[in-house]
Amino acid sequence: MNTMAEAIDKTTGAMSASELAGGIHSRATVGDFTVADPRMSCRDVDVWYGSKQAIKGVSLDIAQNEVLSMIGPSGCGKSTFLRCLNRMNDTIDGCRVTGSIRLDGQDIYDRSLDPVPLRARVGMVFQKPNPFPKSIYENVAYGPRIHGLTNNRTELDALVESSLRKAGLWEEVKDRLDQPGTGLSGGQQQRLCIARTIAVSPEVILMDEPCSALDPIATAIVEELIDELRANYSIAIVTHSMQQAARVSQRTAYFHLGDLIEVGETNDIFTNPRHKLTEDYITGRFG
Amino acid sequence: MNAWTLTLFLLAVMAAAYHLGRKRAISGAGGIDRIKTLHSLPLYHGLYAALWAGIPALLLLGLWSGFQDQIITALVTASLPPESLDGLSEGRVGLLINDIRNLATGNIVSSTLTPGIQAAADQYGRLQQISSWTKWLLVLTVALGGMGLALSHTEPGMRARNRVERIVKIIMIVFSSIAILTTLGILLSVLFESLRFFHAISPLEFFLGTSWSPQIALRADQVGASGEFGAVPLFTGTLLVSAIAMLVAVPIGLMAAIYLSEYASRGVRAFAKPVIEVLAGIPTVVYGFFAALTVAPLIRELGTSVGLEVASESALAAGLVMGVMIIPFVSSLSDDVINAVPQSMRDGSYALGATQSETIRRVIVPAALPGIVGGILLAVSRAIGETMIVVMAAGLAANLTANPLDSVTTVTVQIVTLLTGDQEFDSAKTLAAFALGLTLFMATLTLNVVALTIVRKYREQYD
Repeated sequence: MNTMAEAIDKTTGAMSASELAGGIHSRATVGDFTVADPRMSCRDVDVWYGSKQAIKGVSLDIAQNEVLSMIGPSGCGKSTFLRCLNRMNDTIDGCRVTGSIRLDGQDIYDRSLDPVPLRARVGMVFQKPNPFPKSIYENVAYGPRIHGLTNNRTELDALVESSLRKAGLWEEVKDRLDQPGTGLSGGQQQRLCIARTIAVSPEVILMDEPCSALDPIATAIVEELIDELRANYSIAIVTHSMQQAARVSQRTAYFHLGDLIEVGETNDIFTNPRHKLTEDYITGRFG
Repeated sequence: MNAWTLTLFLLAVMAAAYHLGRKRAISGAGGIDRIKTLHSLPLYHGLYAALWAGIPALLLLGLWSGFQDQIITALVTASLPPESLDGLSEGRVGLLINDIRNLATGNIVSSTLTPGIQAAADQYGRLQQISSWTKWLLVLTVALGGMGLALSHTEPGMRARNRVERIVKIIMIVFSSIAILTTLGILLSVLFESLRFFHAISPLEFFLGTSWSPQIALRADQVGASGEFGAVPLFTGTLLVSAIAMLVAVPIGLMAAIYLSEYASRGVRAFAKPVIEVLAGIPTVVYGFFAALTVAPLIRELGTSVGLEVASESALAAGLVMGVMIIPFVSSLSDDVINAVPQSMRDGSYALGATQSETIRRVIVPAALPGIVGGILLAVSRAIGETMIVVMAAGLAANLTANPLDSVTTVTVQIVTLLTGDQEFDSAKTLAAFALGLTLFMATLTLNVVALTIVRKYREQYD
């Protein structure tokens, strides 16, 4: 109940003029950041790169079968926050995360928890398509192989096929599974990376600007795919495109200089932003 | 009044040309405020005049200095009374000319003075003086003439920048071709000497023969000087020592590279990488006596203690030490290619729940493999060309053996022994060194080309 009280506390903030002028850190979040049955829930997350604070007290939930988009100007910390959700920040020197991030109620920053299996449960798709310099088949089979998800070649073949089908790539590559994954087009590479992620059956998929390196047609295909994937996975997506956030997500979170400024139903955020900064950003006054 | 003073004078003329060219361009434009009307900046007009003043004059100076001696010598020789040259061999004439030259410059003379020689020496000195003055006069005239020519067509519309850049480009091409021509020259000289060798000894015997004993009998009754030139034992010896070296260097170097690039903290890396590279800075001669005086006896003692017969100069000792020498080579090249694997590959693998070792084994090393193989091939070519260690530690006996405890000899060692000391440069024994050198050169060249192709192909993958 403590979290509910906090939530109410934080949502009641009408912003004073001096707060809007900036210079005040750890701004209270406008809107309800909680959901009924969260898949992941983050409370008071701070992230530091050395002595620089990149994320300031962010609390946010991710629901089952939803697409949550995170928007905000460059350097606002949305990618950093995303990378906390599967502890990818562990690979960065000098990065420190405090607060609590729970996946199905389990603290993922608990000392006893191994980040390696966590990352199989919380998959990630990156900004630039990064297929391994292996064949298309081996790219998808990589995860299942290291986790021993299949018992024999037939099962592995089936898993590779179903993953590629879910990523909408099967029809395009079924005749050339042994060709290098790096030889595909940018959009196909990105869908290959999504197939690779799906192959290890994650619960949550994190996407860090998955379409920023793609052309509009490839983007449309990937967006459609994201919408389909929602049926089985929870998805958190960072994007610079507000249209994309509006198209693919059910909820939207607006980040600004490390603060989570506003969160809510995507429709509400885009039609009726409650915070001045959110309004300025989505109406294109800055960012 | 030597060439250096003249060069200084030339530089002064060039500086003057630069200033005049610049000034002329500015005044041609109608003052400093209107230099926008110039096609090129005044700087380029200055440089253009300076280059015109400098380059032809320098070329003339170079040519003159190069041929002056020969021409003067030819003139002096021609003026000598014919009878004084009668019956003299070519070498004797050379000595005589030397004497004349020494006399003219005031050095000690080897033979007794005759009036003829004294006269020739006087003439030599006179000619030299004339040549020197003419040189000064001509070079300065050419320099000033070049400057005048350049200044005469300096006008606002002249494309001075394009011309200067073209000249600079030509100068760079000339310099870069020096390196290429040198390589070509070495290759050709080795090639021609090798051809002479293959006239005496058939290539079949050289490349397929299994007996190497290059001593050639000077007298008919000399023993142990059969002159056999089957180089196979040398090739196998080289391969054996190199193979042992690679067995040491590849695993150690690769592991070190993986540790340094993937696991080591920044502090450890900053410390360990230079320390490993110190190994590459140790002179090979130091490795050589380390191998011969420390490692070889150690191996022999170890061998005898377990009942093995080990030669005091074993392939194993040379190979082990050579391997140590090559470790930094392998590790630093592998380190580079492993670092060149994009971070996004690692991220992609980690994001699928792979551990660090899985990521290294299944993604990073396969991705870096072409580069690593290229690095190893470069290391092999280094190993088969290595000389000092094997000279000291591998021995001279051309045994055809695969036993690392035996003494073997390598191509490089034989080249050294064939060419050390007083040699007659037309015997098959000496020429054999060139044939060996050519073979070695071809082998390392092939390895280098293959290695560089592999490395380049790999680089393209991520661009």
